[in-house]
Amino acid sequence: MKIVSRFQPPPKTGATAEFEYEGASITAPQGISLAAALLAHSGAYTRQTAGGDARAAFCMMGVCFECLVEVDGLPNTQACMTEVRQGMVVRRQIGLRRLNGCNDS
Amino acid sequence: MNRTNPEIPVVGGGVVGLSVALGLLLAGRRVHVLDGADNDARASQGNFGLVWGQGKGWNYAPYAKWTSDALAAWPAFARKLVDLSGIDVALNQSGGFEFFTDAAEMEEFAAMLAQQQRHLGNRFSDEIISGDDLRAQMPGIGGGVVGASFSQMDGHVNPLRFLRALRVAVGAAGGRVTMDAPVARVAPATGGGFDLAMANGQIARAEKVVLCAGLGATALAADLGFSARVAPQRGELLITEKLHDRLPFLSSTIRQVDEGGVQTGGTKADAGLDDSETLDVMAGLARHAVTVYPPLADVRVVRAWGALRVMSPDGYPVYAHSSLYPGAYLVTCHSGVTLAPLHASVLADWIEGTSAAPDLEAFDENRFAISTAA
Repeated sequence: MKIVSRFQPPPKTGATAEFEYEGASITAPQGISLAAALLAHSGAYTRQTAGGDARAAFCMMGVCFECLVEVDGLPNTQACMTEVRQGMVVRRQIGLRRLNGCNDS
Repeated sequence: MNRTNPEIPVVGGGVVGLSVALGLLLAGRRVHVLDGADNDARASQGNFGLVWGQGKGWNYAPYAKWTSDALAAWPAFARKLVDLSGIDVALNQSGGFEFFTDAAEMEEFAAMLAQQQRHLGNRFSDEIISGDDLRAQMPGIGGGVVGASFSQMDGHVNPLRFLRALRVAVGAAGGRVTMDAPVARVAPATGGGFDLAMANGQIARAEKVVLCAGLGATALAADLGFSARVAPQRGELLITEKLHDRLPFLSSTIRQVDEGGVQTGGTKADAGLDDSETLDVMAGLARHAVTVYPPLADVRVVRAWGALRVMSPDGYPVYAHSSLYPGAYLVTCHSGVTLAPLHASVLADWIEGTSAAPDLEAFDENRFAISTAA
């Protein structure tokens, strides 16, 4: 998702995308950001800091990194810079990310 | 002014200046650290935090020994910093690797280490480990690694926290630190002593002056008759997002900060005072990190920067006193982190000229005059 698209209204096609978040199914208008979809869904926390504090999307423009989630297995993904996609699997980012291939802890 | 214990100005408030100041303070002297302008070249704010001996002084025994002394002094120095500042600099001195992807380069380095070993005897031991043995010991090491050297004395600290710890420690030991206090000129005063002309127009009189301003000391040192010239050498660095996992190694080019980010660096370029980062060098650093440790491939780089090393003509430190103007000292080096425990202790004896002073003749600037003549 490019910065410029943050300032354009999403297409009003009425089309929706369905994705999975922490095991639940969420339906959101196509073209909006994942962060917007998650806020609209519940507004509850979507990540925990390394110190265990709860956070949710804040700046919505790619700057503050409070909206980090795991998308299709890719950790530390900025939800505000990611467009919702049909079938994507999203999880909270809990603490610091793991190194892929070294998940023995 | 206290006449029996006049305040010694230390020009430069980076790692070297603060370390030297701390040593003088602990020796009972009064010290005023004059730190430069915010946009000065600050190696102390851009470095890699290595406490490193591998290869150092392989061709110059005094430097090999000086470095080895510093490595041995680090654990007690880190504890002293905690006592003085309350700050843990995260010293981890559990050994460091130098990874190679080219067998000929590794052989060349092994020969250098063998020579360093001859200088140091049983104070130094290194190991050369084959790529297959590395991969057996540390799952994840890349197939392109042909081998590594390992020295158990090497380690690292958190470089920014170290700088802060030094600053707090100098204050706790009774020193004054003035920020944004560039010194424009140091003029020998008639009848002895020095007049420091501050950039803001003030003049400060001192009996002694210690120049520790890295690249910023060049003009001041020339005015005081020093002949040593240091030059900038640019290094570029990357740092990644923080990781939960710990890297299974520390190397001279890849280290994990105690907070979790992985820092990559070690490049060298002559670019004058330009400390900007460049895309091709950044790409090369990232490639190197992934070659050595492929699990880093999908880890995001969050920042890149360049910083300027302070290099003397032969790369070794310079500890010089002005023969023209007694009381003026020049302290400059590339390895300000590694050598800090010595700068914060026995270097004060050298500045004070006490009987406990280490023999630093090998690091005098007259070695450059000799090499020019030869």
